[in-house]
Amino acid sequence: MSVVKTSGVQIEAISACVPRRIVKTEDYPLFTKSELKFFQSGTGVKERRFADSNVCASDLCERAARAFFDSGITKPEEIGVIIFVTQSPDYILPASAILLQERLQLGKNVLAFDINLGCSGYVYGLSVISSLMAASNITKGLLLCGDVSSPSLSYEDKSVYPLFGDAGTATLLRKGEAESIFNLQTDGSGHASIIIPGGGTRNPVCSTTFEKKDFGNGIIRADRDLHLDGVEVFNFALREVKPNVAAVLHAAGVEQDDIDYLIMHQANKLMNETVRKKMKFPEEKVPYSIDVYGNTSSASIPLTIAHCFTNDELSGKKKLLLSGFGVGYSWGSAIVQTENLKVIPVIEFDE
Amino acid sequence: MVSDTHGEEPLLNYEVMTVVEFTRLLEKEFEDIEEGTLIPSMNYREIPEFSSMHALILIALIDSEFDVLLNGEDLRSVNTIEELFNLVTERL
Repeated sequence: MSVVKTSGVQIEAISACVPRRIVKTEDYPLFTKSELKFFQSGTGVKERRFADSNVCASDLCERAARAFFDSGITKPEEIGVIIFVTQSPDYILPASAILLQERLQLGKNVLAFDINLGCSGYVYGLSVISSLMAASNITKGLLLCGDVSSPSLSYEDKSVYPLFGDAGTATLLRKGEAESIFNLQTDGSGHASIIIPGGGTRNPVCSTTFEKKDFGNGIIRADRDLHLDGVEVFNFALREVKPNVAAVLHAAGVEQDDIDYLIMHQANKLMNETVRKKMKFPEEKVPYSIDVYGNTSSASIPLTIAHCFTNDELSGKKKLLLSGFGVGYSWGSAIVQTENLKVIPVIEFDE
Repeated sequence: MVSDTHGEEPLLNYEVMTVVEFTRLLEKEFEDIEEGTLIPSMNYREIPEFSSMHALILIALIDSEFDVLLNGEDLRSVNTIEELFNLVTERL
């Protein structure tokens, strides 16, 4: 277990932006009636948002970050670091966080870089930005987490197409009194369970990269499409999440009852509920947004907070337990203290 | 479908659970299957409308009720409901 503790940095505000276009699970014509029923009741996904082809994850995150400036919560010149967690960058290079520094009109003294992580990315990103801020003179930072997964989903792959959605989020951190604790883990032996095998330098783009192949069981996809081995990922989550969360609670000396809310990566309702019940967390402390946004990769934890809570509900001091798990395998949990956390209602992207 | 009570109810008594009771449990789990439709010698993949979601439901059910966690290789290694039951009980 790798425990990271930070003092003096806290989350001040959270914002999320989703595409306007709603794609309903019930409209997916490749599902039989029974498949649709089991998919909706199992994964919980009733609809999700798909971005237009000219909209990147950075655009959604930029809009989410702008909401902090527009609402007067902070100013661009106060930001000292911007980190963008994404697996769908604008370009192979340069890093999209660098483009966002310019687009958001942040100063040239800003640190800017990307982190290539998915479902665990929010927890990892929080640990990195909190550590950086705690060890520096930076007083405010932006953590942007988002993905546009839809271009990597094969329409003819029933295991992924109806599950994932697009979203971008922004989290504003500032120097404060709070302490945070993180438990971060990795198991690269699971890398093949969630993968886009083609298009990188291992399997460069070639004439067959976009060629569709039939893998049976309702799965037709190309090498450039997302591949998901649902059974193995399910096994991984049921095996690893509970001990990871228990360890962070132990390391923090916090009882489970002291946690106000457990916000989990929105992977799959059946998976999350099975994990929740294993951990014996009460239902009312575990909010969901997967029904309306699907699995949105690293955006899912802040998106769930923006979707499920108002400022009033998060007023005063709160202890939040965050848990992200998935592609890699990479997983982690965090206990963060908030005070009057500001939440901006979910924004619909408008070009 | 997976019931809302997994993990919150007392675990079943494995000592007295039989393969027939296990089969009834599967029928209850997969809605729309009438009691008595499934038999232990049946290939679990031939459960009506069996899909990848059913495999996840099986894993969740077995983990919740028996505290036995199966992976893809485990599921591929057995065919009938009885073989699945035996695999689970061997690991208790």
